[in-house]
Amino acid sequence: MFENLSERLSGVFDKLTKQGALSEADVATALREVRVALLEADVSLPVARDFVKSVQDKAAGQAVTKSVTPGQQVVKIVHDELVQVLAGDDADAANLKIDQIPAPILMVGLQGSGKTTTTAKLAKRLKDREGKRVLMASLDTRRPAAMEQLAVLGTQIGVDVLPIVPGQDAVAIARRAKQQASLGGYDVYMLDTAGRLSIDDELMSEVEAVRDATTPRETLLVVDGLTGQDAVHTAENFDGRIGISGVVLTRMDGDGRGGAALSMRAVTGKPIKFVGLGEKMDALEEFHADRIAGRILGMGDIVALVEKA
Amino acid sequence: LGRLTGRAPAEPQRVLDDAMLESLEELLISADMGVETSLKVAANMAEGRFGRRLGATEIKRLLADEIAAILDPVARPMPLFPKKPQVVLVVGVNGSGKTTTIGKLASQFRAAGKSVVIAAGDTFRAAAVEQLQIWGARADVPVMTAPEGSDPASLAFDALARAEAEGADLLMIDTAGRLQNRKDLMEELAKIVRVLRKRDPEAPHNTLLVLDATTGQNALEQVRIFREVADVTGLVMTKLDGTAKGGVLVALADRFGLPIHAIGVGEQIDDLQPFDPAEFAAALTGQSAAQGAGGAA
Ligand SMILES: Nc1nc2c(ncn2[C@@H]2O[C@H](COP(=O)(O)OP(=O)(O)OP(=O)(O)O)[C@@H](O)[C@H]2O)c(=O)[nH]1
Ligand SMILES: Nc1nc2c(ncn2[C@@H]2O[C@H](COP(=O)(O)OP(=O)(O)OP(=O)(O)O)[C@@H](O)[C@H]2O)c(=O)[nH]1
Ligand SMILES: [Mg+2]
Ligand SMILES: [Mg+2]
Repeated sequence: MFENLSERLSGVFDKLTKQGALSEADVATALREVRVALLEADVSLPVARDFVKSVQDKAAGQAVTKSVTPGQQVVKIVHDELVQVLAGDDADAANLKIDQIPAPILMVGLQGSGKTTTTAKLAKRLKDREGKRVLMASLDTRRPAAMEQLAVLGTQIGVDVLPIVPGQDAVAIARRAKQQASLGGYDVYMLDTAGRLSIDDELMSEVEAVRDATTPRETLLVVDGLTGQDAVHTAENFDGRIGISGVVLTRMDGDGRGGAALSMRAVTGKPIKFVGLGEKMDALEEFHADRIAGRILGMGDIVALVEKA
Repeated sequence: LGRLTGRAPAEPQRVLDDAMLESLEELLISADMGVETSLKVAANMAEGRFGRRLGATEIKRLLADEIAAILDPVARPMPLFPKKPQVVLVVGVNGSGKTTTIGKLASQFRAAGKSVVIAAGDTFRAAAVEQLQIWGARADVPVMTAPEGSDPASLAFDALARAEAEGADLLMIDTAGRLQNRKDLMEELAKIVRVLRKRDPEAPHNTLLVLDATTGQNALEQVRIFREVADVTGLVMTKLDGTAKGGVLVALADRFGLPIHAIGVGEQIDDLQPFDPAEFAAALTGQSAAQGAGGAA
């Protein structure tokens, strides 16, 4: 449905003869197309704008390799910059900070983003890969059967879940989880929270109170990978108010273009640690910047082509 | 002049030029309307007004009118048919708000004096049945369930038989969330529809696709494929109480013309509202409620 970036650019550059270097005008023309491609991939507008500006400075004056077209050259520059922004300088983003015992991990996000599922996936990963003893607790006192959902998942993956005590509020449950984790000799305790809007003052205060009661080693913002322009608001508000340490992008098994990845990274400066690739408990992978970059641009092969040239 | 007439001073006027047009396009793009639709709507609004001086409020009102004109023809409540039971199948991607919307709708139909039966067709997700049972209790509507992992199509079939036997007015069927690019899960959905039609060739009478307002341009693919596989008859957009504007609805109305039945504005049972194009367009263009009302008048 979407015209991919290389198609767009080849249209633009057909009119140009091959020159020795990319002229400023060539680059400006090409970057207009890049901007549209990013917006169609659901990158938030202010983020797309800043990104294009930073590429502009890098591209002008660059020599064009003989065997590729100027369009392909620009695609390569854009792609490399995208990878760089997405990856940042955290090579081991997927290594969660669980040095302290017991280490609290707080999961936050909008309604239905995938927090509960991701909590269980991460617990399973820590148990299976690192042999950690994990305790999960649901602080979701609102959504019908939210606590039962986490309990069922705990049974499925063989991870303990804090017993449900009706009537307790989120902070009280968090304290109980902390105590249980310490007494029970757990390495990690994971706090799954209710979905909340980033502008819901009351619920954002609640999660602040949970944070203050537990001082999480990781606070992960769980975001739907199909998110559109709203990504900037979610990123700004959750990071501003609670302070996140990383992002998990869910539903990346869909055919969305994943522009939210760039928005999240650019706005928070925090690493994207994992991507969710399905509903099953092992459908969680470490984040690979180059894969998402190719996906956002709706291409991949052309980059390899330029790389070889 | 404003002071003389005792009204607020007139707001500064700006010439509608290329720069302004671009900033209007960006306003719409930021609301998830998509590049193509945003350009089209902004251009339509500018037609015949290029070079004229306009105030910000007026511009936003004109844009909102343009958007409302696209949405007006699709703003329609879910139709009720004389057929008993009327089967309403609810579908959509994971976490969009299907189960919650069923609870809200069931409550509204109950309040309108209808007898309703709900079928818990999500036999996959952990505690999906328990979640729906709580909504059933809230709406005072019976919920038919099947064990986890069982075939949702046969549950749907049995539920239809029971709703017929009980003379219910409406049967609402919840389904598991599924991404539209998952062939196997979409086939499972197609099977639910086929099996229902064995018992009533006209069922499901309504197939509601539930969309999450935070979703960007992928909603276009969601509608395209769900419509192909399950004959979607109408849309519900949830989570419009948040910061997301849901502008993709405009692109959807423009491309598919499917009715938009209702919007979700919260997690409580009465947080479901009729879709109001003028109000939606006003919020999308960033007008205050009062300005929106003026624009609608
Ligand atoms: N396809 C797919 N589905 C996912 C993924 N992660 C979660 N889901 C599904 O998304 C839906 C919502 O997931 P939950 O984990 O319940 O989301 P949540 O954020 O806890 O929801 P609330 O507690 O209601 O705010 C469920 O149907 C999950 O199975 C993913 O990576 N891919
Ligand atoms: N703020 C807000 N939250 C909503 C709205 N509608 C649903 N939700 C919340 O979104 C989350 C997901 O809703 P569900 O009804 O479980 O979604 P679903 O589509 O049935 O999810 P799956 O069955 O897992 O695919 C829950 O936390 C709901 O409370 C709405 O209009 N506004
Ligand atoms: Mg949850
Ligand atoms: Mg559901």
